[in-house]
Amino acid sequence: MSDGSDKGKPESSIPQPKPGDTGILAPGYTFTTLTDKLASIALSRRTPFVWFVGAAVGFMLSMVLLGALSYLVIRGIGIWGVNQPVGWGFEIVNFVWWIGIGHAGTLISAILLLLRQPWRNSINRFAEAMTIFAVACAGIYPAFHTGRPWLDYWLIPYPNAMNMWPNFRSPLIWDVFAVSTYATVSLLFWYVGMIPDLATLRDRAKKMWAKVVYGMLALGWRGSARHWQRYETASLLLAGLATPLVVSVHTVVSFDFAAGIVPGWHATIFPPYFVAGAVYAGFAMVLTLAIPLRKVYGLQDFITMRHLDNMAKIMLATGLIVGYGYCVEAFMAFYSGNTYERFMMWNRMEGPYKHMYWALLFCNIIAPQLLWFRKVRRSIPMLFVMAMIVNVGMWLERYVIVVVSLHRDFLPSSWGMYHGTFFDKATYIGTIGLFLALMFLFIRLLPMVSIFEMRAILPEAKVEEEEGA
Amino acid sequence: MSAERKPPGVAVDASKLEALRGREYWRSLEELARTEDFQEHLHREFRVPVPMDGGLDRREMLTLMGASMALAGLTGCVRQPEERVFPYVRPPEESVVGEPLYYASAHLHGGYARGILVESYEGRPTKIEGNDLHPSSKGGTDVFAQGFLLNMYDPDRSQTLTERGEIRAWSSFIAAVKLALERDRSAGGRGAGLRFLTGTVTSPTLLQQLQDILAAHPDAKWTSWEPVGRENAMEGARLAFGEPVEARYRFDAADVVLSLESDFLGTGPDMPRLVRDFAARRRGKGSNRLYVVESTPSPTGAKADHRRPMAPREIEAFARAVATQLGALPSGVSGVGASAAGAAPGNAPDPFAAAVVEDLKAHRGASLVIAGESQPAHVHALAHAMNEALGNAGKTVDYTEPSAGAPLTSQSATLPELVADMAAGKVGFLVIVGGNPVFDAPADLEFGKAMDKVDLRVHLGLYEDETSRLCHWHVAQAHELESWSDARSMHGAVTILQPLIAPLYDGRTAHEVLAAFTEQPDKTAHDIVKDYWKSRLATTGGGADLDTAWRTALHDGIVKDSEFKAKDVRVDSSALEAKIQNPKSKTEAEPAGLTLLFRPDPTVWDGRYANNGWLQELPKPLTKLTWDNAAMVAPSTAQRLGLQTEDVVELTLDGRKVLAPVWVLPGQSESCVTVHFGNGRARGGRVASGAGFDAYALRTTGALWSGAGLQLSKTLRRRTLATTQHHHSMEGRGLIRSVTADQYAADPRIVAKLGEEPPGPTDTLYPKLPTGSYAWGLSIDLSTCVGCNACVIACQAENNIPVVGKDQVTRGRHMQWIRIDRYYTGGLEAPDTLFQPVTCMHCEDAPCETVCPVAATSHSAEGLNQMVYNRCVGTRYCSNNCPYKVRRFNFYLYSDYTTEVLKMVRNPEVTVRSRGVMEKCSYCVQRINHARYAAEKENRPIRDGEIVTACQQACPAQAIVFGNVSDPDSAVSKVKSEMRTYGLLTELGTRPRTTYLAHLSNPNPKLGGAARPAGEGEHGHKDDV
Amino acid sequence: MQIFHRSTNTISRVSVFGAVFFVAFLGWLMDAVNRSPYVTQQHVARVQPVQFSHAHHVGGMGLDCRYCHTTVERSAFANIPPTKTCMNCHSQIWNQSPEIAPVQESFRTDKSIEWVKVYDLPDYVYFNHSIHVAKGVGCETCHGRIDKMPLVAQHPTLEMSWCLDCHRAPEKHLRPRDQIFTMGYVPAGDQEVIGERLKAQYHIRPSNELTECWTCHR
Repeated sequence: MSDGSDKGKPESSIPQPKPGDTGILAPGYTFTTLTDKLASIALSRRTPFVWFVGAAVGFMLSMVLLGALSYLVIRGIGIWGVNQPVGWGFEIVNFVWWIGIGHAGTLISAILLLLRQPWRNSINRFAEAMTIFAVACAGIYPAFHTGRPWLDYWLIPYPNAMNMWPNFRSPLIWDVFAVSTYATVSLLFWYVGMIPDLATLRDRAKKMWAKVVYGMLALGWRGSARHWQRYETASLLLAGLATPLVVSVHTVVSFDFAAGIVPGWHATIFPPYFVAGAVYAGFAMVLTLAIPLRKVYGLQDFITMRHLDNMAKIMLATGLIVGYGYCVEAFMAFYSGNTYERFMMWNRMEGPYKHMYWALLFCNIIAPQLLWFRKVRRSIPMLFVMAMIVNVGMWLERYVIVVVSLHRDFLPSSWGMYHGTFFDKATYIGTIGLFLALMFLFIRLLPMVSIFEMRAILPEAKVEEEEGA
Repeated sequence: MSAERKPPGVAVDASKLEALRGREYWRSLEELARTEDFQEHLHREFRVPVPMDGGLDRREMLTLMGASMALAGLTGCVRQPEERVFPYVRPPEESVVGEPLYYASAHLHGGYARGILVESYEGRPTKIEGNDLHPSSKGGTDVFAQGFLLNMYDPDRSQTLTERGEIRAWSSFIAAVKLALERDRSAGGRGAGLRFLTGTVTSPTLLQQLQDILAAHPDAKWTSWEPVGRENAMEGARLAFGEPVEARYRFDAADVVLSLESDFLGTGPDMPRLVRDFAARRRGKGSNRLYVVESTPSPTGAKADHRRPMAPREIEAFARAVATQLGALPSGVSGVGASAAGAAPGNAPDPFAAAVVEDLKAHRGASLVIAGESQPAHVHALAHAMNEALGNAGKTVDYTEPSAGAPLTSQSATLPELVADMAAGKVGFLVIVGGNPVFDAPADLEFGKAMDKVDLRVHLGLYEDETSRLCHWHVAQAHELESWSDARSMHGAVTILQPLIAPLYDGRTAHEVLAAFTEQPDKTAHDIVKDYWKSRLATTGGGADLDTAWRTALHDGIVKDSEFKAKDVRVDSSALEAKIQNPKSKTEAEPAGLTLLFRPDPTVWDGRYANNGWLQELPKPLTKLTWDNAAMVAPSTAQRLGLQTEDVVELTLDGRKVLAPVWVLPGQSESCVTVHFGNGRARGGRVASGAGFDAYALRTTGALWSGAGLQLSKTLRRRTLATTQHHHSMEGRGLIRSVTADQYAADPRIVAKLGEEPPGPTDTLYPKLPTGSYAWGLSIDLSTCVGCNACVIACQAENNIPVVGKDQVTRGRHMQWIRIDRYYTGGLEAPDTLFQPVTCMHCEDAPCETVCPVAATSHSAEGLNQMVYNRCVGTRYCSNNCPYKVRRFNFYLYSDYTTEVLKMVRNPEVTVRSRGVMEKCSYCVQRINHARYAAEKENRPIRDGEIVTACQQACPAQAIVFGNVSDPDSAVSKVKSEMRTYGLLTELGTRPRTTYLAHLSNPNPKLGGAARPAGEGEHGHKDDV
Repeated sequence: MQIFHRSTNTISRVSVFGAVFFVAFLGWLMDAVNRSPYVTQQHVARVQPVQFSHAHHVGGMGLDCRYCHTTVERSAFANIPPTKTCMNCHSQIWNQSPEIAPVQESFRTDKSIEWVKVYDLPDYVYFNHSIHVAKGVGCETCHGRIDKMPLVAQHPTLEMSWCLDCHRAPEKHLRPRDQIFTMGYVPAGDQEVIGERLKAQYHIRPSNELTECWTCHR
């Protein structure tokens, strides 16, 4: 395939918005051409056939989710595979998995923004979208996995007729706050960031209804200096808010386990190890989405090899941290000399679920080592396969943590086995469907690449800045 | 699939046992040999098919409505529906609405009475408790006494009198009987064709009625049939003493006990008393010593200090050998004895037998030899002879006349006569008073077929069962709790059964049915019973006037001084010797292949409890199997035949075949396969249908307890068996701590040493909780617990615990709040078996409390770990975080909200849990609060022993003690102050309020072994084989 | 070209901020409805099968509560009087009155009078009359001025918070045991003082124990 970046750029050059650096943007674009190209995706260009297929699949699977959840409310949690001793199964695994995926978006948009990494400009928009949709999918699980979902609101502290407050000691309450904050901030960040582009779409839209809708969403953006100045402040503030979230959310999620006494849960390594895992999984998912997108919509000029390469590097790095986490777990189990910890580790490696454990080690540690090789990082198909492997691996990791720890804990008499039922799987696939559906809608209706931020990378922008200064 | 199957799990055990970090280390047997089969098996065992049972049924609809109503609650638009109150019109005496009353009555087990107290709310019996005035109960109960309450409320019970399926009035039945008798009178009037078939009858009134009828119709005959009969014991007694007598054992006076396959701690009419006495001795004089030889593992075997699996014929040889060496038989037979003993494995004179003999001799007058029902008559005779030779008679055992009036000694002889008569058409009028012979009579008799030839067949029974289907008249029977009657205990103590409730359905008692054959056919059971006692009570009632005597008898649940006095009987050993010189016993013949053993089911007994959800779901003591029975084979046998648990095999005995799932059972005798009869009902009711297979189909008059020459062929089918415990090793964790009495005497701190050092009470980050005026705690003695499950059912009844069904049990969702963990140590062929009741530990630092997001589980000042169902949203976090895994979750709407009659059995003092909430043991908080109200109204503290939890009350071994641990003088504090006390998983810092007393065994030093403390990682001793 | 009039800016501003307040309002509304008599049934008089007037029997004739509610001192349940209790008097007096007809009917046919439950606690709440009476909680405290109610209505909200108010500070409501059944009781002096004294005298448990879950829920 023809790639913008194959025009022999020195690999070592740090991505600075130097004029003419085609590392993160193919040369030859002007404000107009660039805006035309990006805006047209949402406005004028013919919707590719692939889109219809994908959207159709997404919506059908969303219906599966709807069905599975309705039956759940009617019949009860029993339709899932959970039991004693394994009280949490697929649902919590998926919850953690989705939440983790979200993290890449926040990291790209917030931290890289603060670090002034312009290469983020082309991917942050849909990465943020991915975050929001992932969190939406994640949120479904804790909400429905309770025995009486209609009473979930008891987890929210509010003055009530029972004079009862929730138990603030419980990590699940911390979750409520962590996740809801995360969702809110991400949503705001995403929307605010989109306002200038919505305005652009409003102005370029041909159809009246499009003008009106985009117009309303644009909240009367005129691009005046005052608007821009406020916009900058707002996005900086939000970035500031979002940055700690990258760390805090998955830390809190990891507390759900670390605060328990179950061998395999009760470990101090969990917070860092979970956060790293989250970013790891997140970037894997960004790649999983970016690679097909740039192909279908011909965005190779904007999402260049440089981007993919950088993301691959981040995956490699976080992957190593995660690997370190596994080692520490195993070492501590042995070093603590604690019967139960030791058995837990032995059971992961030798017990009935050993296949999962070894598979996860392969997916998350062995396979990614290929990313050390430039050839691999530069080969689109390889990258895609890598990303997929990591997606699977991270799911397995959560399965091993949640299920394999629970199924054999302290009293051998109450050891048991867990197997997901049809409805467990339907719910999982359903949320993937929901995710796809939302993603496709977003691609079709909103600018998936930030137009004005891309403009900022153009050489002209550089000039302007100098003059403006 | 069987073709290329690798040798199954049990194959490699022994080696693996050693191999794995020098520690007994085995999972469910298949897992041990990590075969592919096991992997498949895992998935089969835990396969979770989609629970698609059609669309919404009514119950789901309710759930949905419930859900939507609750959802509506979000918008604050739900109002409580208007409820109505129905006061009495004329209030009954002594009833205080809302306060329970207790009445004394009896539960009949195979015809024998055991005293009970029945709790009743506004005329609804809701709970059974033991009656400590009654000699067969002494305050304890067993699972059947606890469970039979549910049968009364069973919606599947037959509801009315029918003739060929048509509903009839009682009068028309009386008319029919009259007509039949008229016809007979015209034919000479000696009742030639008239036959009565009953179970074992101990009711004096009923016996009187039968005798009167038989007198009026001289040619009429009365046969009795009880599937679990005592005729071997009776016959044995006749061999030994020349007359049938019941032995009355006194385990509280016996230091050394030899059980010849007697499961006296497991089942039987007198079980509660025997367990209580045995436990008393264990507790009291340090430890008594129990030797058990048996073919199939039993709770008694599990409690043995030395247990030895033996084939039936080996047991007999063993009995002879011991008897001979004890001098119970004149030397002449010793040759036989020796040779027989030689037949036992290891042709050298058996050291085990020698040790037993020595031990018995050393405890003359303080020892006991007891033989089980399943043993042939002459083994019973030998046991009697041995007891006499040991001078135990009159000390640890005495003899009374049998209280059962039926032709007891020859049931299996008289039943064939009846069947022969029926087949020959000699029977014109058959009256089956209770029982279900078509189902449980020996298969070779083909009772049902023969019955076809009878012109008029009447069946009195609780259910429309296999028998009633073949009868013209079916009389719905009144349940024991609905009827006036009377019954004797095994040793004669009379209890007058009083109805706790008017018959729910149009039920009649045996008395009323028999009355139909007399001049006053309409006489009520009450009048019949009272009239019978009118004369007698005045005398037996200690001279008091009839009314007082009658009231006293009803109040106490026992007629004063009605228990039989001991009879003076002697064993004529030379005569005995002659009789059993060369017994024509099939077991002497070397049987081809395997022997099939028949045993009553530990939970559904002979089938009469097959439709009882509580009992069907009760894990059987040793297998932890629910909702099924299985063909139990020894690991080595399974290996030889390439069998695994859940394989379906075809059992063929004398040409009769049944298909049965296999259960590989450690400790089973190699040459025997054991089946429990009672399940596999064809017409048992909705609960019973689909549960297990019918082992009666193989049980013949020739082979009532064991049949030689069993053919066993494997099929390709498998049957999922629902068990509540999949893993049988303690993994070297100090869960059940077992030491020998000597070790404990030498160093009491050994028990503590078996576990890890717990952190101190201050080693916690959480603030100290406020303490109250009481601190509730519980102690369970593992030495005396026999794993009988009485506590489990008692708890289920007391706390409205739902039944979830086989499917849910296979998914690991059983609901019982108490579970009795059963672990094996030692070798596979003869392992030690240990029981441990586990329930909520009410930790002082409870892991569940900190993680509940809505504070639905919290701590009380008195140390109770409170679970509030109506606050629970069901995150199941608490269950995950509970190291004891004692929390139970309502994954579906398990409680039956729709069946009206089942609502009546519920305890009004305990919330009926709905779907989606967690539940667990509450230390019977309703009883605590009840006692508290009483005490506070009288401005006094709660007395020690005033609160008795359901499990504690039911426990026949008195292994459970509950009370205030902050009071040093309370019973529980005293128990807990013993050095044997230890807590489960205390190293986690949970500081449980429920503690255990370590298991003390008392092995014979001469037999070596058993000198290891179990619990910590040490090797289990190979048993004395 | 301009699609939106300038004023729309204001609208967008309002809608952005307004959203927050709207959500808050909805929450408040739910709570308000939930606490309203519509849901709690507070002060809603119920129509009974028999037009029995407490005002007349208690207020007018001064019958003691325990004449009908016999088990209030012994049982959790205060007892709805059996028909027989009514007939004790009404076999003689007012026996012609149509008001009594349903009672006589019940007595004749042996069918219960179906009273409508006024104080209807959820089934998972275990309230015990006897212990409250024994500890110095007057009927009036929960049931209000029964002697002034022709038709009985629910006096408190019966919300859990209402129960807790008293379990957290019983001294505010205690009265001497001899005043339990008095209507319109006025404390002889400062209730706080009297309450504290009675609290000690009646060995009332500390409020942390009174407010434990299993005090009322099992």
